[in-house]
Amino acid sequence: MYLNSIFADPDRTARLIDIAQSSLEPLLKGAIFYTIPLTLITFVCGIILAVLTALARISHIKLLQMIARIYVSAIRGTPLLVQLFILFYGLPTVGITLDPWPSAIIGFSLNIGAYASEIIRASILSIPKGQWEAGYSIGMSYRQALTRIVLPQATRVSIPPLSNTFISLVKDTSLASLILVTEMFRRAQEIATTNYEFLLLYTEAALIYWVICFLLSLVQGRLEMRFDRYVSR
Amino acid sequence: MISIKGLTKSFDSLEVLKGIDLEVGKGKVVVVIGPSGSGKTTFLRCVNILETPTDGKISIGEQEIDFSRKVSSRQISSFRRLTGMVFQSYNLFPHMTAIENVMEGPVTVKKEAKQKAAEKAEYFLSKVGLADKMKHYPFQLSGGQQQRVGIARALAMEPQVMLFDEPTSALDPELVGEVLKVMKDLATEGMTMMVVTHEMRFAEEAADEVIFMADGLIIERGKPEEIFSQPKAERTRQFLRLIQ
Ligand SMILES: Nc1ncnc2c1ncn2[C@@H]1O[C@H](COP(=O)(O)OP(=O)(O)OP(=O)(O)O)[C@@H](O)[C@H]1O
Ligand SMILES: [Mg+2]
Repeated sequence: MYLNSIFADPDRTARLIDIAQSSLEPLLKGAIFYTIPLTLITFVCGIILAVLTALARISHIKLLQMIARIYVSAIRGTPLLVQLFILFYGLPTVGITLDPWPSAIIGFSLNIGAYASEIIRASILSIPKGQWEAGYSIGMSYRQALTRIVLPQATRVSIPPLSNTFISLVKDTSLASLILVTEMFRRAQEIATTNYEFLLLYTEAALIYWVICFLLSLVQGRLEMRFDRYVSR
Repeated sequence: MISIKGLTKSFDSLEVLKGIDLEVGKGKVVVVIGPSGSGKTTFLRCVNILETPTDGKISIGEQEIDFSRKVSSRQISSFRRLTGMVFQSYNLFPHMTAIENVMEGPVTVKKEAKQKAAEKAEYFLSKVGLADKMKHYPFQLSGGQQQRVGIARALAMEPQVMLFDEPTSALDPELVGEVLKVMKDLATEGMTMMVVTHEMRFAEEAADEVIFMADGLIIERGKPEEIFSQPKAERTRQFLRLIQ
């Protein structure tokens, strides 16, 4: 039907091409100034939070373990969209009003922090006990064995699953449109409501997400190669 | 040099070491033999404090550590520096080259300058016959080469005592000799060593004393020729019959 109407009517074809072209700039701007920075900032914050959470979970201090567990469980057990709504629409009720941008950064960081902490914890636990002991046997402290011996090896193990998390995050940032962040998808929505070309604009946005994710998977491949230089294949 | 008194170790309710007393003089080589599960590994790990003994005292040189009292992690680290440990499964750091493995302790723990640590690492790697493998990652080395890097890594911390836990039992037979040779050279140079091994040839040639352990106790000790040709205890005789 849609394709038919495009080819049957040259005027409409021209109009669609025109819209596709003129919307490309605002969409790309949305990606470059919102989607990508939001992804990068929240990923970095999230990973820092995740490492701390993972360390808390493997520590011997019961209280830290418990706090980390509750945090991970709460984040994993509730929808991301609901978390964002609580931050942005819910908190004003108790006098905490956050702008869209900080709400999104906090919400996504907390989310990544919880999911990535499980990946990082599993990666740390996958490093043989003998590595810790070899570190201790040459006089290292817990901290030295962790940062010099275990984390570098755990990093290699965690790159593939963390890359998945990162790529999911790129797409999940589209949820920020619902708390009024003018990222790429929100712009697509806004333009579509003025000209009613929903299919065209949403497809265009989808293609841009795809390109970004594709480029990221190339970066992932290079990273894996770099870290694999010390394992036999 | 080393003096161990009343050393015990339990895992939960399982008593693995039941009171070990041992003196090892400076420059002496002690070989520990005994059946599987007798506590040989646990014993060495207690001397390196990878396991915290339940009770007993260990002193090395001037330093003493008393496990009947609470010991701090600082005490443990400083005591641990007196001993170097060589593991059955090498436990090299796979993300570091041979020379980086050897430099790691001096640079990270002793805070030595990289340049100086690198020179020292080259010296120790040459000593174990690996001057041409310094830039290799562990996966690029044979088991015997990896174990020699392991020895160099321990030596680089300049310990007063070297501990070896079955250093050759993960190796293919043709690679055992190269590791034993390095250990014999060390012994000749006057390193104090405690070695758990099933290599009776090594014990005969390099040991000053052989210790037979069973069930968490030292059953018998003596010069290698005494233990191997005229064992006194029945347990020792049984064990030697089994392995010969
Ligand atoms: N971390 C641990 N937790 C509980 N039990 C342990 C632990 N480590 C060792 N054991 C037990 O202590 C006993 C002695 O073990 P150890 O490894 O010291 O023996 P071994 O003489 O080195 O034996 P092998 O010749 O097989 O290496 C065994 O019964 C073992 O199961
Ligand atoms: Mg053992």
